[in-house]
Amino acid sequence: MKARVFVTLKPGVLDPQGKAIHHALEGLGFAGVNDVRAGKLIELDLADGTSDSDIEDMCRKLLANTVIENFRIERLEHA
Amino acid sequence: MKSAVIVFPGSNCDRDLAVALEQVTGRKPEMVWHKDADLPEGIDFIGIPGGFSYGDYLRSGAMAARSPIMRAVKDAADRGVPTIGICNGFQVLTETGLLPGALMRNAGLSFVCRPVSLKVENSQSLFTSGYETGQTITVPVAHHDGNYQADEATLDRLEAEGRVAFRYLEEVNGSARRIAGILNDTGNVLGLMPHPERVIEAAHGGTDGRRLFEGLLETVAA
Repeated sequence: MKARVFVTLKPGVLDPQGKAIHHALEGLGFAGVNDVRAGKLIELDLADGTSDSDIEDMCRKLLANTVIENFRIERLEHA
Repeated sequence: MKSAVIVFPGSNCDRDLAVALEQVTGRKPEMVWHKDADLPEGIDFIGIPGGFSYGDYLRSGAMAARSPIMRAVKDAADRGVPTIGICNGFQVLTETGLLPGALMRNAGLSFVCRPVSLKVENSQSLFTSGYETGQTITVPVAHHDGNYQADEATLDRLEAEGRVAFRYLEEVNGSARRIAGILNDTGNVLGLMPHPERVIEAAHGGTDGRRLFEGLLETVAA
């Protein structure tokens, strides 16, 4: 069983990397980009039967720093 | 004073910190490997050094904060053992939850490596008794992730409780309220981005860091 964890900065937390990407996109001539926020995608290959709460525990204890980051779990049941 | 310096894979200021502690206390610190589960007996002081533990993987300090020795460090800090985290050590302490907030990528995105002016905001702590409140000192920084952030309520509480130990006198990395170093709520844990261990003798180009260790020694020995 596979799962994906998306780790993103909480709204309102300054994202210097997102800002730099935004500026670079504008520099390349892409108009109409209102904002950019950069995050992380973590792919987990898990034993069958790993519960949602186990994955949440992984996120809270290590994968995300919940002081500044949110996380979202996406299970890919048969991937 | 019997001190311990924690060593992670990727620490690179562990020896500087050990030399500073030995010069000031007259006693070589115990170097403690991150895989050890226990600290040596009778440790009076714990130092978590700068560097790039685990190559800053995931987040700076994130992996080190989950290593076996950090459970022992947390227990000791909770018992009141004075504990300092410098640079990467500060990142480790926030990731461990011993200090509030987080250290994010510098606002300018560049690695900042230069001496900076700091204001000593609180000279009443274990770590800052060698300074005067309001004193300006010059201490080098060398970091990519030193941008201290916490929610407004936490920042207000840090200020109100005198837990901002050091503040930058110039723009360095985008830190909220220019915070350079903070104390925990019981005052026995200090985290700071600047490197006091790099300015302890004249040959370093400054000695402003030495008073931190001398003040600590006086307080711990008293």
